[in-house]
Amino acid sequence: MKSVIEARGLTKYFDGRAAVRGIDLTIPAGRCFGVLGPNGAGKTTTLRMLLGVSPPTSGELKVFDLPITSAGREIRARMGVVPQLDNLDPDFTVAENLRIYGRYFGIAPVALNARIRELLAFVNLADRADSPIATLSGGMKRRLTIARALVNEPELVVLDEPTTGLDPQARHMIWGKLRELRAAGKTLLLTTHYMEEAERLCDELVIMDHGKILAQGSPKALVRAHVEPEVIEVRGDDARARALLSGIRDGRTEAVGDTCYFYTRDARAVVAGLEKSPEFTFLHRPANLEDVFLRLTGRDLRD
Amino acid sequence: MLHIFWLPRFRYAAGAVWRRNVLVWRKFFTPSLLINFGEPFLYLLGLGYGLGLFIGEMMDMPYLTFLASGILASSAMNTASFEAMYSVYTRMVPQRTYDAIMATPLEVHDILAGEVLWSATKSLISGATILLVAAALGAVHSWQALWVLPVLFLTGLCFAGLGLIMTAFAQGYDFFNYYMTLVLTPMFILSGVFYPVSSLPDPLQVAVQILPLVHAVDLVRPLVAGQPVTNVLMHLSVLVVYSVASYAIAAVLIRRRLLI
Ligand SMILES: Nc1ncnc2c1ncn2[C@@H]1O[C@H](COP(=O)(O)OP(=O)(O)OP(=O)(O)O)[C@@H](O)[C@H]1O
Ligand SMILES: [Mg+2]
Repeated sequence: MKSVIEARGLTKYFDGRAAVRGIDLTIPAGRCFGVLGPNGAGKTTTLRMLLGVSPPTSGELKVFDLPITSAGREIRARMGVVPQLDNLDPDFTVAENLRIYGRYFGIAPVALNARIRELLAFVNLADRADSPIATLSGGMKRRLTIARALVNEPELVVLDEPTTGLDPQARHMIWGKLRELRAAGKTLLLTTHYMEEAERLCDELVIMDHGKILAQGSPKALVRAHVEPEVIEVRGDDARARALLSGIRDGRTEAVGDTCYFYTRDARAVVAGLEKSPEFTFLHRPANLEDVFLRLTGRDLRD
Repeated sequence: MLHIFWLPRFRYAAGAVWRRNVLVWRKFFTPSLLINFGEPFLYLLGLGYGLGLFIGEMMDMPYLTFLASGILASSAMNTASFEAMYSVYTRMVPQRTYDAIMATPLEVHDILAGEVLWSATKSLISGATILLVAAALGAVHSWQALWVLPVLFLTGLCFAGLGLIMTAFAQGYDFFNYYMTLVLTPMFILSGVFYPVSSLPDPLQVAVQILPLVHAVDLVRPLVAGQPVTNVLMHLSVLVVYSVASYAIAAVLIRRRLLI
């Protein structure tokens, strides 16, 4: 399969402090690829290097098989970007934002007008074409930013935390749009710290922390490889429940805050045991990406 | 230097940035034009007529003409400086407009070239309005005064480049006050806008020759008064050297700031 992004030993230091430490990435065409990581993991730094606006300290980076150091212009012409922080042009309306942006790509006026109509319809903003940016909600701004990233009909769309700070409706709507893009054959690269988002959208993902890639694979494969298939969560500071769980040999317990997680291959016996005592409140569920994430990145709080 | 930093960078891309600014300006056309007209009008009417009554002639021209030509040059300086500092900083830092542009095929050089061209364009616009006001007040003596427009554009380029250097270092708007107070205001007072440089003490007369505004005034004044212009090549060279050198320095500094 043809790969769209190839990184080897990609490294970035800021004033002697490492933000990205020698990562290798191969992102195949036509897939949705996720970068999952806590705050400060180095996600944005990695994306900025892909754009050619942040020169790597060392390592090799090719996008569309072109070296980023010398072909940034050409690469960006074929790529769309949704940045972590909105940077829509506040001096212009919704449609004007797309028009101005299209001009930076040198798109001819007639083609651009047609494209703007299409894009506004795609992100359900056709009726807001003449609204100033300041009057848009957070979700609308995000959708407009996505439309803006598509103005040059990119092969690769890079999205840095596309749904952070949005309500569930807005988030679902954006997920739907991203799936449509993926179905239309575009390669998507997105960063997120929402497990649900990664699980729903990504064909493949890497988990990143402290500038390193800790694991790579499809969401299902990652769960299979890194945690036991079943989890029992016991909430509350219940010493008896803990004692009960930690007494069982065929599993692993971990405590986070006031919740106790019990990971096991087969939870039947434990569930039966817990059900005998009505005072226990517990949740029995299949393991998911969050368990992998917490296992790999640790439980400590990030800034 | 000229070859590396300047000429190859003015492509369609710089035009896109320039056009963006033109479109914003058009939106605020009326208020910005009012400001453009208002300030020089006050200067010319207040100082030109008021002082002119006592002064009469200065350097073989009515004081109103003398002052109008000084104001033409200094407003080109102020307009371009303001644009290259406050407006560019706004787009670079709080609005993150440049971050958005840098995700397109444009490069930092294209953005800066567009900004410098736009700043000079604003100098041209403000110059044209002042010239109209001055002409209406009878201060313009010859059609050769139209040549001041390209001179003001060049003056704009020169101060836009210098302003961009300040912007490269700015961490907030307050920073620009230093440059305004320590550089622009003294230049405004010492460059022959209100009185001829020849009335300054001898050593100072020599020293002020390094100020670009002096050369802009020396070009503009005879053009407005209908007198022959002297040392054209020398005056133009000073402005061109300032423009090219300041742009080159600013481009290096701002690239270093944005491409991290
Ligand atoms: N311009 C910069 N100068 C200095 N340090 C920086 C700069 N940008 C990022 N860093 C540092 O690099 C590390 C990685 O930051 P980065 O923004 O890439 O993280 P992230 O994974 O995107 O986090 P978040 O989820 O909070 O957006 C952090 O420690 C951050 O402080
Ligand atoms: Mg980030």
